[in-house]
Amino acid sequence: MAERPEDLNLPNAVITRIIKEALPDGVNISKEARSAISRAASVFVLYATSCANNFAMKGKRKTLNAGDVLSAMEEMEFQRFVAPLKESLEVYRREQKGKKEARKDKDKKADSEEQDKSREEENDDDDERMDEEEQNDEEEVDN
Amino acid sequence: MAARLSGGENRLVSLPLSRIRVIMKSSPEVSSINQDALFLTAKATELFVQYLAAYSYKHGKGKEKNALTYSDLSHTAEECETFQFLADILPKKILASKYLKMLEKEKQDGDVGEGDEEDEEEEDEDEAVADVGS
Repeated sequence: MAERPEDLNLPNAVITRIIKEALPDGVNISKEARSAISRAASVFVLYATSCANNFAMKGKRKTLNAGDVLSAMEEMEFQRFVAPLKESLEVYRREQKGKKEARKDKDKKADSEEQDKSREEENDDDDERMDEEEQNDEEEVDN
Repeated sequence: MAARLSGGENRLVSLPLSRIRVIMKSSPEVSSINQDALFLTAKATELFVQYLAAYSYKHGKGKEKNALTYSDLSHTAEECETFQFLADILPKKILASKYLKMLEKEKQDGDVGEGDEEDEEEEDEDEAVADVGS
């Protein structure tokens, strides 16, 4: 996983683009300010993860889920993010579902509402299985 | 822009999910993260970057020169409670000459007995200042 300290950095070009979107046109962002914001973003990820993990632990779950991250935002006093995040998540879920269905339609060309429902359930299972597999991989590496 | 065209996943979120996952997993107590949580964390980080930049610009001094500077950011970390968790990684910069004067004053003010402890603290501060420059 994170073998070198650079692995915990976020790509500078992307960070710069995101900063520019938030500022009026023509504002100069010093190099030091960029790297400071980039570091702050990495710390934010860790802080959010740790808060979210506390919520997962309280719920006796091993896997962090969307609700944990949203609760973490509230706890960190970033309530203002919650509504836009929920909106994005809706779009993201729809997109992911569309992709998976497109993939399955390639394999099978059958279509009915009932199958749609069963697919949704299958998708959820898939996600969990993926996470478990990853965990196993890591354990192997660690040993 | 190229990234947006190449993959559908990049339209909603610009930060790479793989990298976000690496950072999240670097925290030892985290065992697994589902896809929604990963996406939300990436998106939240984007909102955070924008909020931090916009807030610091609005409340900072660089605005006069149409610029966002490091001291605007460290000022935000110091003054705004929501951003307080950044205070350690965004320390206020001071001039070396000022720092030396502070040390001298501390020596004059400080009691004789606490010598060792103070030395340790000073070293830590020194490192923090040096980090900023790099």
